[in-house]
Amino acid sequence: MKDLIDIRQLSREEIQELITTALDIIDHPADYAHLCEGKKLATLFYEPSTRTRLSFESAMLELGGSIIGFSEANSSSAAKGESVADTARTVECFADIIAMRHPKEGAPYVASTAVQIPVINAGDGGHFHPTQTLTDMITIAREKGRMDHMVIGCCGDLKFGRTVHSLIAAMSRYEGCSFVLISPEELRVPESVREDILESQHIPYKEVRSLEEAMPQLDILYMTRVQRERFFNEADYVRLKDSYILTPEKLRTAKKDLTILHPLPRVNEISTAVDSDPRAAYFRQVKNGKYIRMALILKLLHITKA
Amino acid sequence: MIIGTISEGIVIDHIPAGKAMQIYDYLQLDQLDCEVAIIKNASSSKLGKKDILKIGKVIDLNLDLLGYIDPHITVNIIHNAERAEKFHPQLPQTLKGVLRCKNPRCISSIEQELPQVFRLADKEKGTYRCIYCDTRAEEK
Repeated sequence: MKDLIDIRQLSREEIQELITTALDIIDHPADYAHLCEGKKLATLFYEPSTRTRLSFESAMLELGGSIIGFSEANSSSAAKGESVADTARTVECFADIIAMRHPKEGAPYVASTAVQIPVINAGDGGHFHPTQTLTDMITIAREKGRMDHMVIGCCGDLKFGRTVHSLIAAMSRYEGCSFVLISPEELRVPESVREDILESQHIPYKEVRSLEEAMPQLDILYMTRVQRERFFNEADYVRLKDSYILTPEKLRTAKKDLTILHPLPRVNEISTAVDSDPRAAYFRQVKNGKYIRMALILKLLHITKA
Repeated sequence: MIIGTISEGIVIDHIPAGKAMQIYDYLQLDQLDCEVAIIKNASSSKLGKKDILKIGKVIDLNLDLLGYIDPHITVNIIHNAERAEKFHPQLPQTLKGVLRCKNPRCISSIEQELPQVFRLADKEKGTYRCIYCDTRAEEK
């Protein structure tokens, strides 16, 4: 595998291998501290990001490598009209691996076809965000101790929420996993996800409108933000942004071992009163993201611990 | 109505009724200087109604495009007033330069000279999706 564009490129075994490496990094960070010396990661971020970009950069720095790149399109030649493919070809002259975020869907794929070095999709519009999914999966593995036989609730913006699409694609491959998709009508999971992933593999799922109704059966609750930047129409955003807000009251009927995940940033969809609940795993999730990205960088650069 | 037979050329038969003009446009048959006959709503024992295209010379056909429109279309190559070859186009795995992605968030909407490519996502339903953003091609 040269690139990671779509989580479906990774087999279950490869995901497990990445999680195993990440857990080993957590236990033995010194063993990994110099493995990427002399290597450069280019973070090409055409839209704002705090967590993902810093997570990638921290990951590379903790592996002993260095980083170059830009954090908004205006500070790159994209502002002059340069194509994604040409930017990637240029960056290939300077870096060993690329992590790209772009508002247009398919941009990292286009970059990957233009260069020889590995390209990681760090989020492309409302499409895919595979390293967030790896982050979600290592968190599920650490919190639950298993990946199978779970009821996974996805709540909020399931239409433009790319992390949800990738998570469904990845978790649907584990035995006994089913999905409860909780969203307003306008923000339902796209038919490409329903047809190509869920229905084609006969994965049980249901679509509901009420978070309270779904809560008691859930093993995992994956909350998402209604993202202003995905709407062309401000009025639609304003109408839908407060659709689902998780509060301690709504958690009263939840399982004691529920795991609450969120790709962050949140706006108001999880009340800060929930943060102290031991079931809230979203900040632990952020930290896991760095370790799994370290494991991914090593895999794509074909570097292994001696 | 009687449309004469041709001695050299191609007869594209069993076109779903109403699709002949679409194929005519896609194949740019208006660029040809030979005779081209478009027969619409011909009676068909199999389809009820069908369209037929008769082209007065043998040309390179875009079989991917015909397969995409309908793999049950029949292509007959006519030589010396006899059928020399008959075949059905296959449903193509990828379709390049025929459809345009309608997703305004797709990279193909802004990237210069990026080819428009769709992949066969569901063979049974004949569904095609953009290789960049996975958006489904509009109804044929």
